[in-house]
Amino acid sequence: MFRILDKRELCEKVQQFRIEAPHIVQKAKAGQFVILRKDDSGERVPMSIGGLDKKNGILTVVIQEVGKTSGAINRMEIGDQLADVVGPLGIPTRVEKFGHCICIGGGVGVPPIYPIAQALRAAGNQVTTIIGARSKNLLIFEDELASTSDRLLISTDDGSYGTHGFVTTILQKLINDGEEIDMVISIGPVPMMKAVVNTTRAPKIKTYVSLNPIMVDGTGMCGACRVTVGGKTRFACVDGPDFDGHEVDFDEMTKRMKMYTRYEKVAYERFLEGECRLAKKAEELH
Amino acid sequence: MTYENKNKPLDKKERIKIPRQEMPTQDPKERIKNFREVPYGLTPELAMMEARRCLACPKPLCMSGCPVEVNIPEFIRLVTEGKFVEAAKVIKKTNALPAICGRVCPQEEQCEKVCIMTKKYGAIAVGNLERFVADYERTQGKIEIPKLPPSTGKKVAVVGAGPAGLTVAADLAMLGHKVVIFEALHKPGGVLIYGIPEFRLPKAIVKSEVEYLQKMGVEVHTSFVVGKLDTVDELFEQGFDAVFIGTGAGLPNFMKIEGENLNGIYSANEFLTRSNLMAAYDFPNMDTPIFVGENVAVLGGGNTAMDSVRTSLRLGAKNAYIVYRRSHTEMPARTEEIHHAEQEGVQFMFLTNPVKYIGDENGWVKAMECIKMELGEPDSSGRRRPVEIPGSNFVLPVDTVVVAVGNSSNPLIPQTTPGLKANKWGNIEVDPNTQMSSRPGVFAGGDIVTGGATVILAAGAGKVAARAIHKYVMGIPFDEPKVEAVKSAAK
Repeated sequence: MFRILDKRELCEKVQQFRIEAPHIVQKAKAGQFVILRKDDSGERVPMSIGGLDKKNGILTVVIQEVGKTSGAINRMEIGDQLADVVGPLGIPTRVEKFGHCICIGGGVGVPPIYPIAQALRAAGNQVTTIIGARSKNLLIFEDELASTSDRLLISTDDGSYGTHGFVTTILQKLINDGEEIDMVISIGPVPMMKAVVNTTRAPKIKTYVSLNPIMVDGTGMCGACRVTVGGKTRFACVDGPDFDGHEVDFDEMTKRMKMYTRYEKVAYERFLEGECRLAKKAEELH
Repeated sequence: MTYENKNKPLDKKERIKIPRQEMPTQDPKERIKNFREVPYGLTPELAMMEARRCLACPKPLCMSGCPVEVNIPEFIRLVTEGKFVEAAKVIKKTNALPAICGRVCPQEEQCEKVCIMTKKYGAIAVGNLERFVADYERTQGKIEIPKLPPSTGKKVAVVGAGPAGLTVAADLAMLGHKVVIFEALHKPGGVLIYGIPEFRLPKAIVKSEVEYLQKMGVEVHTSFVVGKLDTVDELFEQGFDAVFIGTGAGLPNFMKIEGENLNGIYSANEFLTRSNLMAAYDFPNMDTPIFVGENVAVLGGGNTAMDSVRTSLRLGAKNAYIVYRRSHTEMPARTEEIHHAEQEGVQFMFLTNPVKYIGDENGWVKAMECIKMELGEPDSSGRRRPVEIPGSNFVLPVDTVVVAVGNSSNPLIPQTTPGLKANKWGNIEVDPNTQMSSRPGVFAGGDIVTGGATVILAAGAGKVAARAIHKYVMGIPFDEPKVEAVKSAAK
């Protein structure tokens, strides 16, 4: 059913997959997510949508290897099939004519910014996109975002490309320069999103963040994905994933995302060991 | 096939002399180390002995206590004759899920409650017998697909493959309608798969009962989220003549107390889904992890709470507590589950309510501050209201908490179905005579209507709905209402 049609390494440990999922693609809107399950023993993992090819019914997801599940999926090949792709889940990003929108992506949060920038631009907004990475070789989706943004600005932590610094270095400069900014949307690592909302808090710029907490069912049943927003418990899978960034308790979210670190480490080490053993066996056979 | 029957007929006096036959069970000390089913079930001999206790009342009360109208006296009579497969067929005429219902129905509140033997001699073990004949039929490979009437050409969509949806599907398939089930999770069964643990309801049984429906021509699509993928209106556009919504429990309730989002605090839905649906008890062979510490507190007194606390023991908890704000008497869990939990060493803290959680510097729960309660005047549920005893606060060290205090509703379908009325809790409003919602042709039943209830009540609602859906799609007018249409059951 959910066949991998295309696979491409975007940078070290980051793979882009194009997956046959016509029904989901037909229904999905920018800002929604899917849940993947590799096989029968696999866990359900939420993944942002990194592109929707409506014409051909192809879904793009970009996966960074951080543990066993992401590692195992990233080793799948063209022609392989995922056991499940569930979606589209979550409420789509609010798309209307805001005026000047700034779309900010970091790390593997860059690809999901792409369909959002596309949709915002199609709604008549002026779109400035800021993307960042630790280093030039880890920067992804530059061409895609260049084509859908009125202006693309880039930062790298080590200064190897674009502005030396973080995405917030650029954002702060735009604010200091007195640019009219009507809305900001940010997707990326929690510390980055937290830094973005701290930058837009004083100038009171409406800022949305797209959250990706731990989920199990992803359809409004289990409550694993709860986040505190404006002092209230909200569920990212059905109330989000987008929330008013100025209201999100990022410190709590950071801690909650570490709930299974110990287990993730065990599973990942076991996975890598298994791979080593297989490689050795293959060598012995030769 | 008839099991050899060497028994002589008994008169009434002899019948009541036979004690209620108990199911052999796994030793509590052993079973808390595994996830295998607790009772082994009746043997054919024990089942026949138990069935012989039935007085075959001319006006049987037991049937009136059954939400799915099983012909209890008839199937029990067949058991006394050793005709177990025939007995199973009698049950299946009205209940497509006997192996499940025999295990999870609160019989002591239903058929066994009204049994004439109950007061003096102990009820006939209807549930254990139902379970026995269903298991016998399955394990002997005697499951036969009933003869279906010719197709009516009508198509019904069922949203959710839980007890309500499976019952609707079975009953409509038996009437010759085409049924397609859409299930959001990757396995059909709903709460039977994600909620109820293996040691209480083996998943192979759910699988077998779903396969029975599939053999009857019911189509099952998993990982299909109605409301997100196709809406209810789109299902009608695709040619479905009616839609049944049985989406079950929604978002878990929390107590809205300080520290509830600390790590180590689960909703029962999440805790059980990880352990059951995702088989996290088998981590790292299975990829989904679950954390269970040494001191586990489960909040609540229902079946979900019992399932959670017993799961925690099997996952290595040293101290497993039930923390319940009322007393033993008010606990809504099935008697058998409470009994099994007690046998397994669960510690019950009655008349106790948490007031806040205390976390460590990394955001993990390390203790729970509780307050003692006493029972006051009866509340709207008829149970005595628990009242806090001022100054009775104490701290209980815990590293895992499972909150099992009910669910609210899932918003996906009401949000995406214009004209579908829901009450202020998000439960779909239906006419109890037909289970039809404010939208003609859209029916609903189970937890999405009632809020958190039982498997058998959901199945019962499914039966009512199936009957009405049949009339609706065939253009037969509904009966005069028996019950005054009221808003969906209050919380």
